[in-house]
Amino acid sequence: MDRYAKQRLFSALAKGSAALVVAVMILVVAVTIVRGGVVFLTDPAIAFTPPGSRYMLEGDGGFLHAVLGSVFIVGPATLVSMTLAVSTAIYLQSDYSSERFSDVVNMFLNVLWGTPPIVYGVFVLTVIIAVGAQTSLFFGIVAIAIFQYPIMTRYTDEALRSAPDTVREATYGLGATRFETAIMTVRAALPGVIAGVIMGFARGIGDAATVLFTAGRSTNMPGGLFEPSTTLPVLIFDQAMSFNAEVRSHAYAAAFVLIVVVLGLILASKILAGRYARYTPGGRHS
Amino acid sequence: MSESIESTESNTKRSRIGRRLRIERLSSYWLGGAGYFAIALFVLIVLTLLYQSAPLLSEYSIVQMLTSSNWDPAQNEFGFMPAIVGTIYVTVLSMAMGTPIAIFAAIYIAEYAEGRAKTLIGSFIDVLAAIPSVIFGLVALIVVVPFVGDYLAPAVGSSATGLGIFTVSLVMAIVVTPFMISLSVESLEALPDELRESSLGVGATKWETIRIVLLRAAGPGIFSAILLGFGRVFGATIVPAMLIGGQTQLPDSPFATGQTLPTLIVNDFGELMSLPLTQSALIFVGLMLVVVVWLFNFGAMLVRSRLQRRWQY
Amino acid sequence: MTDAVLTTDELAVTYTGNREVEALKGVSLEFPENQLTAIIGPSGCGKSTLLKSLNRLHEIQPNVDIAGNVVLGDQSIYNTDEPTPELRKRIGYVPQTPTALPLSIYENVAYGLKIHGEYDSKAELDDQVEHYLRKVNLWDEVEDRLETPGAELSTGQIQRLCLARSLAVEPEVLLCDEVTSALDPISAEQVEATLEELKAEYTIVMVTHSMDQAKRLADTVVFLYLGELVETNDTQSFFENPQHERTQEFVKGHTAVEYADTESESDANAGEPVAPNR
Repeated sequence: MDRYAKQRLFSALAKGSAALVVAVMILVVAVTIVRGGVVFLTDPAIAFTPPGSRYMLEGDGGFLHAVLGSVFIVGPATLVSMTLAVSTAIYLQSDYSSERFSDVVNMFLNVLWGTPPIVYGVFVLTVIIAVGAQTSLFFGIVAIAIFQYPIMTRYTDEALRSAPDTVREATYGLGATRFETAIMTVRAALPGVIAGVIMGFARGIGDAATVLFTAGRSTNMPGGLFEPSTTLPVLIFDQAMSFNAEVRSHAYAAAFVLIVVVLGLILASKILAGRYARYTPGGRHS
Repeated sequence: MSESIESTESNTKRSRIGRRLRIERLSSYWLGGAGYFAIALFVLIVLTLLYQSAPLLSEYSIVQMLTSSNWDPAQNEFGFMPAIVGTIYVTVLSMAMGTPIAIFAAIYIAEYAEGRAKTLIGSFIDVLAAIPSVIFGLVALIVVVPFVGDYLAPAVGSSATGLGIFTVSLVMAIVVTPFMISLSVESLEALPDELRESSLGVGATKWETIRIVLLRAAGPGIFSAILLGFGRVFGATIVPAMLIGGQTQLPDSPFATGQTLPTLIVNDFGELMSLPLTQSALIFVGLMLVVVVWLFNFGAMLVRSRLQRRWQY
Repeated sequence: MTDAVLTTDELAVTYTGNREVEALKGVSLEFPENQLTAIIGPSGCGKSTLLKSLNRLHEIQPNVDIAGNVVLGDQSIYNTDEPTPELRKRIGYVPQTPTALPLSIYENVAYGLKIHGEYDSKAELDDQVEHYLRKVNLWDEVEDRLETPGAELSTGQIQRLCLARSLAVEPEVLLCDEVTSALDPISAEQVEATLEELKAEYTIVMVTHSMDQAKRLADTVVFLYLGELVETNDTQSFFENPQHERTQEFVKGHTAVEYADTESESDANAGEPVAPNR
């Protein structure tokens, strides 16, 4: 009966591992929500108050600058990246590209997908130095857009791939051009595409390494497209290293805001994907 | 009269066709450009980093920099050894902790869990994968750091503040596990049921079926998942920067503080950007990261196609 | 008449997913020893469900309820403490789609033997592998490439490999689920020839959608319709003198039914024609 003992042992191991992962996830979310929730809910105003002049030293004011910075950087970056990503995915999928060329592009996308975000940060900073500009909101947008591009392209590509061939054949059969057919394929795969864009947005809003050197790590309210700015993850990173206890406690409040936004985004992506999937052929979510 | 109506009609028709074809032509330029974008971006990144690393590379020999452990940019000493060792240390430790758990958890989700439990655990994994790494770092500061500093390190006879290589490895293992799990689950679930039926049908137990048949058949996919995890740990920036302690020295124990390649960039970029050689050195670090990722991707492609042939079903 | 090795007693299977489906409604049957029993009937009438519930393979799907009993020899399959793998070793199963395990040709055949530890030496294992590959008429074709992956064989060869793999653990009953339906005519003929040889030595239960195949191969025919047993008889009587009205219709009109049947099969199996550029 040795075989069955083994079978029981490994089943238990598998179950235990899954339980461990779930427990860790509950721990991380719970600590963030409880610890940050206490700080945030005692004084929710800190998320809507501009920072004082000595914010990083004394914690006067709030971190509205980072909340706005995140919105102003990740929002436009997602739009830019989405446009590029969907176009690339269409090009790879439909009848624009040969299979061999698609494979080459996919290889490069895989490399970009695996490239550490810090590299994008360094790259954009190098460009900033080369053109003699200063770190700013604009370069934050560029860095985040580059970071999101391979992520969104992969999700969109997968979504389009799952759209049935019949959509394409039927559209061509009506005398549509390649472009009209491509648009129709995107519509057939819409839930996957939207889920992919939301995932890209969620990854972008959570990443610090790309904006660390490019957006400026500013402690003031964003002043304009070419003025220094910051985002929530960068702010949390800076706050966590602060010597002032009040500033460190703000880090947990900021983390609370960030995790609520990210969880909301995932929920939205799941609901959207689920809702559309019922009406769309082959709509397999992410 | 009727003739003229007809000709207007055919005119509209012709102009509509013309417009559609014009859109078709313009869109194909745009889409073609987008197709090349990934390649252009990659080439641009590599060339830029290479160009900006040139000042450093022309001044010092690569071999000497990679093997020297003296890092003091203010004195123009650029020894990457401590950061390289730190990076390898963290990567190996995290993968050793994360990979088995990820594979077992994936097996549970794909082969054991059913119905609502499966959906629930699946969503938990998705959530875990989407949590920004800075939050892991923050939570670790009040959970993992005291645990390692007050209990674990003393228990193995080592004194530490809790910041250091082991802490980073543990947290990074937690960060990458969900990615490895969801990719592994995907490749296990893509396997046809006939494989399970064939194996169970000759009297194999479920575990034998998983170990001998399913893990091989899904092997190439699981291999990619592990590789993705590897790349994430290797290039991780924020968690190591928060938790590694930031001392550029060769680590003498897993609980020692240290430095990884990405944290080198984070710690030294701000203050030393004005020194051209330091700037070049840090950009060179970025170049090293890209090259290693690229080599691994290429190697992985070769290994994967071999596995795919060997373990086809 | 030989003794029955496998019997079912009021076997009922219900799928309890989103939509409750009674796939099998109380079927009582006897499968005689060392004969080939063919289960026929239109698509979706519970043929595969019946086959899989004989060795509890349906249990790998969630949401299945089962009632009634299956008895092998004098042992119940369902009310027993014996681990399911031991039961499945005695009742082997060959799936519809030819499926090579991700192992070499040699390891595919040796798989069951190794798992059950039923060999004393490498030499004995080699002998066994050769023996069973010969039994399914595959040895001459693969003799010199035993170490190549099983999946590199043609589908017809893979299906015979599956038979060899199942036979290697010497099951008392072998369940075959439409084993020729995914094959081209020539390969199908080879597999049929193999089954023809095997049926003298083994108790085989085969699901088929082809009445001609049942006529050619089977000793006994079982006719299922919408989850219910309509008629069972020895092959000659079944086709020449069908008792039940529905059987008469089915046997008479079988060309039409078969046509509809194969059409749905090809939908499921042949896949989409390969489009240019994916």
